[in-house]
Amino acid sequence: MSEKAYERVKLARDNQRPTGVDYIRNIFRSFIELHGDRRYGDDTAIVGGIGRLNDIPVTVIAIEKGHTAKERSARNFGAPHPEGYRKALRLMKQAEKFGRPIICFIDTSGAYCGVGAEERGQGQAIAENLLEMSTLCVPIISLLVGEGGSGGALALAVADRVWMMQNSVYSVISPEGCASILWKDSELAEKAAASLKLTAEDAKTLGVVERILSEKDMGTKAFYERIRAMLCEELEELSKDPELVGKRYDRFRRIGTKVEA
Amino acid sequence: MPLLNFLKPKNELETGGRSQAPVQQDAGEPEKKCPNCHKDIPISKLWADDLVCACGYHFRMKARHRIHLITDKDSFCEMYSELRSGNPLDFPGYMEKLETVQVSSGENEAVVCGTAEIGGQKCCIFVMDSYFMMGSMGSVVGERITSLFEYAAENRLPVVGFTVSGGARMQEGLLSLMQMAKTSAAVKRHSDAGLLYVAVLTDPTTGGVTASFAMEADIILAEPGATVGFAGARVIEQTTKKTLPKGFQTSEFVQEHGFIDRIVKRSDQKKLITDLLKIHNGG
Repeated sequence: MSEKAYERVKLARDNQRPTGVDYIRNIFRSFIELHGDRRYGDDTAIVGGIGRLNDIPVTVIAIEKGHTAKERSARNFGAPHPEGYRKALRLMKQAEKFGRPIICFIDTSGAYCGVGAEERGQGQAIAENLLEMSTLCVPIISLLVGEGGSGGALALAVADRVWMMQNSVYSVISPEGCASILWKDSELAEKAAASLKLTAEDAKTLGVVERILSEKDMGTKAFYERIRAMLCEELEELSKDPELVGKRYDRFRRIGTKVEA
Repeated sequence: MPLLNFLKPKNELETGGRSQAPVQQDAGEPEKKCPNCHKDIPISKLWADDLVCACGYHFRMKARHRIHLITDKDSFCEMYSELRSGNPLDFPGYMEKLETVQVSSGENEAVVCGTAEIGGQKCCIFVMDSYFMMGSMGSVVGERITSLFEYAAENRLPVVGFTVSGGARMQEGLLSLMQMAKTSAAVKRHSDAGLLYVAVLTDPTTGGVTASFAMEADIILAEPGATVGFAGARVIEQTTKKTLPKGFQTSEFVQEHGFIDRIVKRSDQKKLITDLLKIHNGG
């Protein structure tokens, strides 16, 4: 059983999987990338901009890992700095102003751990996204397409709907990190992976995600068309909902309330 | 700034702060060594000085001790203490760990919440406890803090919160992670109602708590020399293979970088918080 969960972690990290930019290219028409957080810089680990989902204008934000060694290095291995989260928030606020739905693609081992990231307030940047996303009055759909690493993933996943690719994972800590802290042995990552309940099925059982997307034809035209159709259908429903923001609150409010009295 | 020179005792995080546990009075006058100035302080003196060394080093403090220090006498009324952790993921060893920590800490979870008066000003207050699994945030911590902000919004009360946390509680996996979003949404509702939230960051405030309600207050205060940051210093060192700058991730460091409003000594906290509550309550 434990091997299975860790196998999923390996699949989720596979550099042959479609990345954020692949999803953007294949799902949206005429994507226009918009750079920068207007405060410090432009984070290459997060790609954001506007595009069309069929004919609906949308704001799209994706954490991008890259495929090749060169791409991955240029994207900082999909580990965003605070300016990445601030760029994302800037574009989300812009989406709210113009009434555009927001679609996020998430694939990160976590927010970057580094001196500069701390100096520029990594914790504050994530916190602000959580705070602000909770009341944005346009629909938000977030898709976990690879790794969903902790707060760095959640900072783009305070959404009305959260979907996971079948072999993506979503976790509060990496299995290696968990094993190293709890059992002082990163070799126990398989046991940690199983214990953390980080697979798509686990996340759905825990009520953290709504839908698991099949990967059987991943990367093909039909695959992207299917996701496009699902997004259109879901957005149509969400866009009509006058209680959108209240329901988003409730969506997170009910998680972890079943505590023993 | 001498405070920048504080050396963190390395074993504190590993021992869950237990090395700092209030020492029981026994025969003779036991002493405690200050990790900053290395002087031995008689326990009675340390307690009389609210666990602050003459050199300025602030020792960690248990939640109830802090409530006693900050709130007006007999004004604290505890809420949500009936909520207890289960083991939602059947995580190996978690139940046993909880049971042990409940005995050793004397608390049933890592945060104590309630209503109180501070300098005659009515407010909601939460105080986290480092002696309970290093103040890690699981479902109960998230639920108590969320409920407190909702109560405060309904009753139009300000919130004063003392944070101390190693971050999310691994043993509750995704449920723990989601508490960051849940508490943040409650803070936002309270804020949108025009109400004040003052946070006081104490040693250490890190991880998922820094990346949620610790950094979301209208006014963010911190105790001198506290560790305040997102990623753990050792993880950063391992990731970047670089030596960390002096005073990295201290209150002084985050103030210098613009992320907190003020550093406040423990002895000045009650007066300042009272003043802030009064100013936001019509003067």
